[in-house]
Amino acid sequence: THTHTHTHCVCKYSYGLSCFSPASVPQLTNSPTLIVMVGLPARGKTYISKKLSRYLNWIGVPTKVFNLGQYRREAVQSYKNFEFFRPDNEEAMQIRRACATNALEDVVIYFSKEHGQVAVFDATNTTRERRISIVSFSKEKGYKVFFVESICDDPDIIAQNITEVKVSSPDYVNCDKDEAQADFLKRIECYKQTYVPLDDEKDRHLSYIKIFNVGSRYLVNRVQDHIQSRIVYYLMNIHVTPRSIFLSRHGESELNLLGRIGGDSGLSPRGHKYATALGGFIKGQHIKDLKVWTSHMKRTIQTAEHLGIPYEQWKALNEIDAGVCEELTYEDIQENHPEEFALRDQDKYRYRYPKGESYEDLVHRLEPVIMELERQENVLVVCHQAVMRCLLAYLLDKTADELPYLKCPLHTVLKLTPVAYGCRVEHICLNIEAVNTHRERPGNVDITRNPEEALKTIPDHF
Amino acid sequence: ICFSKPALPLCMTNCPTLIVTVGLPARGKTYISKKLTRYLNWIGVPTREFNVGQYRRECVKIYKSFEFFRPDNEEGLKIRQQCASAALNDVRQYLADKGGQVAVFDATNTTRERRGTITAFAEQNGFKVFFVESVCEDPEVIAENIVQVKLGSPDYTNCNTEEAMEDFKKRIKCYENSYETLDEVLDRDLSYIKIMDVGRRYLVNQVQDHIQSRIVYYLMNIHITPRSIYLCRHGESDLNVKGCIGGDSGLSPRGKEFANYLGQFIQSQEISDLKVWTSQMKRTIQTAEAVSVPYEQWKALNEIDAGVCEEMMYEEIQQHYPLEFAMRDQDKYRYRYPKGESYEDLVQRLEPVIMELERQENILVVCHQAIMRCLLAYFLDKTAEELPYLKCPLHTVLKLTPVAYGCKVESIYLNVDAVNTHRDRPEVGISTYSHTDTDFVADLVNIRGNLCYA
Repeated sequence: THTHTHTHCVCKYSYGLSCFSPASVPQLTNSPTLIVMVGLPARGKTYISKKLSRYLNWIGVPTKVFNLGQYRREAVQSYKNFEFFRPDNEEAMQIRRACATNALEDVVIYFSKEHGQVAVFDATNTTRERRISIVSFSKEKGYKVFFVESICDDPDIIAQNITEVKVSSPDYVNCDKDEAQADFLKRIECYKQTYVPLDDEKDRHLSYIKIFNVGSRYLVNRVQDHIQSRIVYYLMNIHVTPRSIFLSRHGESELNLLGRIGGDSGLSPRGHKYATALGGFIKGQHIKDLKVWTSHMKRTIQTAEHLGIPYEQWKALNEIDAGVCEELTYEDIQENHPEEFALRDQDKYRYRYPKGESYEDLVHRLEPVIMELERQENVLVVCHQAVMRCLLAYLLDKTADELPYLKCPLHTVLKLTPVAYGCRVEHICLNIEAVNTHRERPGNVDITRNPEEALKTIPDHF
Repeated sequence: ICFSKPALPLCMTNCPTLIVTVGLPARGKTYISKKLTRYLNWIGVPTREFNVGQYRRECVKIYKSFEFFRPDNEEGLKIRQQCASAALNDVRQYLADKGGQVAVFDATNTTRERRGTITAFAEQNGFKVFFVESVCEDPEVIAENIVQVKLGSPDYTNCNTEEAMEDFKKRIKCYENSYETLDEVLDRDLSYIKIMDVGRRYLVNQVQDHIQSRIVYYLMNIHITPRSIYLCRHGESDLNVKGCIGGDSGLSPRGKEFANYLGQFIQSQEISDLKVWTSQMKRTIQTAEAVSVPYEQWKALNEIDAGVCEEMMYEEIQQHYPLEFAMRDQDKYRYRYPKGESYEDLVQRLEPVIMELERQENILVVCHQAIMRCLLAYFLDKTAEELPYLKCPLHTVLKLTPVAYGCKVESIYLNVDAVNTHRDRPEVGISTYSHTDTDFVADLVNIRGNLCYA
């Protein structure tokens, strides 16, 4: 073997630790990027900010949202009414300007000291004056700027937004629904007077996307680089139509019973029972136009067969490739590859099985699946433990550290329904017994540990 | 089970899609049509373009002058309408009878009336419609287009450059007065992308489904800035020398020599802002190290996973897996090694690489034989049948430069000997394969060409 030092390699890891090699995404950007939201209140800016930030973090781009409303709530402890937002309210204007300055200062800290790569400045930014000052600030600091403007004149959508996320805001904790609604509408009026949308002519040198009426139309101007192109693609694929995503693993497999990882075995008798029960459950849900996706592996396909609905197979949904550890039990792995076993416990997200994959690799191969999940409406995904953990981490905004330890037991369906800024999760256990395949991180992850310490947390098997 | 199914999701819609270009002459419609068709075919969506200009040339054997295109030329108009109808008829056949999934109707389609006719045609036949309009008023870009693709057109074989340029400009004028661009209000129910100023700006309206979303993403990532793409394999590896496939070995001494020569070659080319990409395997990384330019590693560029056949010689594969070996020769594109991958799988994992290659400018990709075949097939519009047999010898750099509607290819052999790793498609069928057949093994060796046994 070579002990090669890479004098010109852009990646972070030295050659010797090939089990922690970088994943498949090229360096997305050298300069940090400041995404600047633009739009009247209740146009979905915070919804977009949070969703975009969740997606970017999941694909490995450290991203943080800076919501101006939160800064304002910290500065002005209790909100009285819409009068605060009147354009002639000098005192309030001063406070609001100070909040913006504080938020931008925090952006600087995020980029320079906290290894942030993308910051989303979530505020109305409805005047040209405000946007010009942000652009000069960014130029000074060497940040790229990308504007995301949301334009909507559909009163039903606006009313719906207000109900979903404004009425329950800390600002309206002491108001009833109708009072809150009325006040918020007056708040919007305050901004309307001075709102200047991004202009085709005057703003032709800026980089931006304008989203009209929740995505029926987009205007995209001067995309500068890869990350902006990915952001545009993502924004053009998300929608707000109500729907549910059902996630389930395949039924218990023959190899599951033996405590062996990976492989391509069929379902055990209990696994078949689960598949039938799943079919019954799905029917009982009366889901409109349900799409069903499986991997290319026998156990997910056999599970889907019982549903009586057409399904599509994605190779990208195949279980994590355990390389040299395929079809071994944890005891086998400890006996034959004790060092690898320990290294995996040290950094389960980035650890790559020799001749296999890491969770980080999984995320990259699942990205097209996520993109298509965003486009779809009602979907049932029948997949595998590691794959389901990755998908769940995306949908529930879990970190890379939490991801490999998310609990995804056999014979349990997760029903995820987007609501407000996140996802409501329902766990439905279909009451068919199965082995437990979840292995917690053991206390001792040192390569010098003894076998008992390594095997302490392995689940039971036959 | 060893043949992969189409790797991409089939939610590519059941309805075929009709893409309709819109725009004045010399706005890049044919460039976009051909490029889009090439991309869609490569990712496995059967696509064909139908260029009305070609139908017109077949109908009116000799092009005289721009007068043919005058809006008051009744006879000309009749012929042009017939040509459009003939083309649409072929579109219908392709999408309804011949298994096509996408048809690109490449014509000016500059009036609302014409587009209305096409929309009605599509509705009648159950096709979805997606318009791609190219709007450009930059006289330099237009002049450059005319020079690159119009002057060499069959229409102008007997004209000199000035005559051709003059005539073509008058041709454009004929369309200008009746040109109705896609309108935000009047056309708000149509699905379309409007590309403005060669991609500075885009207006995207009512994207209906996955394939349209992919088309939009692709169109937003391509550019026409001149640049070159350099493709080469890693230097000869230790496993290459042994005649083994796959694995993760380092460079042989000759491979290291190649790496040095590659570094010198790259320097001599004096390329501005060169990016270098490698896979995550030792042999490409070692090769790139010698180039002395920062490089990025892509896992997606790793060689095809030969599964149970990894690190075997072809003779060993024949001995241990004779049936598999024969199946692979039957359909090398779709054949998937047990516990490994197929070429079709490769194409799917390379798609993000292609997308990023489109965004980039000057770039050197140091990769592997099967990978290079897939990338080459994309750039040179090779079919799935041809792809697995494209010749990508070691120690040879391919320099691809986009020109007109395609790619100019220069092959530069860097004069360092290496084994030949190319295996042509054998002529024999399954029944003659048996692992005791020594003649077959001899044939194998012959097909493989010069080989060094360690």
